[in-house]
Amino acid sequence: MNNILKLGALAAVSTLVLAGCAANEDVAETPTSAAETPTEAVVELAGTLNGSGASSMAAGQEAWIAAFQIANPGVTVNYDPTGSGTGRAQFMEGATSFTGSDSYWKDEELLEAFPSCEPGTMPWEFPIWISPIAIIFNLDGVSSLNMDGATVAGIFAGEITMWNDSAIAASNPGVALPELEITAVHRSDESGTSKNFTDYLAKVAENVWTVGAIEAWPVEYGGEGAQGTSGVVSAVTGGNGTIGYADASRAGDLGTVAVKVGTDYVSYSAEAAAAVVDASPLVEGRESYDLATKIDRNTTASGAYPIVLVSYLMGCNDYVDDAQAELVRAWASFLVSEEGQNAAAASAGNAPISAGLRAKAQAIIDAIK
Amino acid sequence: MTDTKPRAVRRLGDIVFANLAFFAGVSILATLATVAAFLFAQSVPAFTGPPIDAASEGFFSYVLPFVFGTVYASVIGLAIATPLAIGIALYISHFANRRFAQVLGYAVDLLAAIPSVVYGLWGILVLAPFLSPTFNWLNENLGWIPIFAGQVSATGRTMLTVGIVLAIMVLPIMAALIREIFLQTPRLHEEAALALGATRWEMIKMAVLPFGRPGIISAAMLGLGRALGETMAVAMVLSPAAVVSFAVLTSTNSNTIAANIALQFPEAGGNYTNLLIATGLVLFAITMVVNMVARWVISRRAEFSGAN
Repeated sequence: MNNILKLGALAAVSTLVLAGCAANEDVAETPTSAAETPTEAVVELAGTLNGSGASSMAAGQEAWIAAFQIANPGVTVNYDPTGSGTGRAQFMEGATSFTGSDSYWKDEELLEAFPSCEPGTMPWEFPIWISPIAIIFNLDGVSSLNMDGATVAGIFAGEITMWNDSAIAASNPGVALPELEITAVHRSDESGTSKNFTDYLAKVAENVWTVGAIEAWPVEYGGEGAQGTSGVVSAVTGGNGTIGYADASRAGDLGTVAVKVGTDYVSYSAEAAAAVVDASPLVEGRESYDLATKIDRNTTASGAYPIVLVSYLMGCNDYVDDAQAELVRAWASFLVSEEGQNAAAASAGNAPISAGLRAKAQAIIDAIK
Repeated sequence: MTDTKPRAVRRLGDIVFANLAFFAGVSILATLATVAAFLFAQSVPAFTGPPIDAASEGFFSYVLPFVFGTVYASVIGLAIATPLAIGIALYISHFANRRFAQVLGYAVDLLAAIPSVVYGLWGILVLAPFLSPTFNWLNENLGWIPIFAGQVSATGRTMLTVGIVLAIMVLPIMAALIREIFLQTPRLHEEAALALGATRWEMIKMAVLPFGRPGIISAAMLGLGRALGETMAVAMVLSPAAVVSFAVLTSTNSNTIAANIALQFPEAGGNYTNLLIATGLVLFAITMVVNMVARWVISRRAEFSGAN
């Protein structure tokens, strides 16, 4: 018995030691990339950076934190995925130095004072995380369907109830659609995914989807609720004739819907998701360092996929604590860098922001004091 | 007279132990009072603050479906679990041979150790798809009964599935408690019944069950308490909507208070959080009422119960 215990302990210790080695090796392998960013090369950064906010980008934050801390061993970054609302509230209380949020600052929030920022200065924000939302379905023998916005809205509003409905059949010639009830699965928890998806429905089919962009599903639209992205995916996978919406990285082997943009049908892809953000106008009346974007769901730009969730990174233009400013500058620079964006995309399957947006964001970051 | 009576010697150990026991007892009350105070204090902004989108028609119409769902799911769970628990307890205490009874007893206790999130996963990945064909059958053949009516869920994530999951979750605690009560049945009662020519079933009916009734009721109430507050499994398994619905096979089910809090809290901000806490206060009140009713029922049979 004792021997077994010893063996187990030895195994555990050696795993730890080996894991430690692996982290060190990464440092040795990536000196070039660290040197590219001037701030990191000149001074050794040290300190703790606390942030909180959207859970949508939690997987990306994990990847960013791991990579950033390897490049900057003296820095500890914490990101608490509390949800967007809570994240912004914590930032406004001065509890955190940066925030990730699924929605941009509300006008009334910008009127408040921000304790982390120098009095009289405003926070910046820019999109850091673009996540295409896929419409997934489980239908025997069908892996892709074309639909226009009104059809999607009709299905989720409970008006189109059969798979062989003429509205679906019209845009899918040659596809054998079964005579089967549609079970539309939505999120039972409040989520940015629901909000962006219903925003799309409300913009492209306001006559069908009459309740606007919502987080809590209206009872009269029926359908089935499931908890979280995993819940929706497992409900869609587990049923027959089910359809739902989920973060595209989780679509897996399920069938997906190509939605009508202009005259074409566009499937989700990283490029298509980034394209719609570039094609969308900024919110009017904001400062130059506020890249709040009103996603144009009705876009006709070719190759743009309009059902995306955009999350923002937020921080102060002028921090009360200058050490924090330095940390945030390095951190945010890493996040918008091609390397940072690709690191997140590799681990979380989101869409990297475009080069044009990266340049604009970097200009905002460089101005942080 | 009083002078001659020997004085009790107060030893240090006695004093220390008595005080420890006293504080242990008081800490229960203190915890309860703190929780109640927290719920009250945090609920107030839900009523005084700006109106909340989710509860545009007032707090009570907001909370009503959840109250209904909470009670309904628990009642279904209890209706399934109680006869099963009595059966298991009777089998272990009066039918099974000693060794097998022991093994079975451990197995039942082990069920209680499974975390609720595991029950949730099992419910959503195994039980719901497994039950789905049965639900279709129930709907086709017994659809004229209102609770089996409506459009059957394609995924099986319905109120009845939740009821069954809850039943399995409360089963161990109920079976264990009832088993202990049945084992307490006075041997003389049982032997008297058998001596009068009763069969084993008649003996159980005449001696064991009447003696165990308060125990069964308190076990049921304990199970109900757990079912009322069960959060994770319900949140994962149920397909919820903010409606009052008796149908147990459809996708539109009344959510429970606890599951609703778990689902909405992560993204709630402002006084929506307070609104959710206020629903928690309602759940607290329901649980208290349930417990008080249980106490009252048991106290009517005070002669048998050691719990008062």
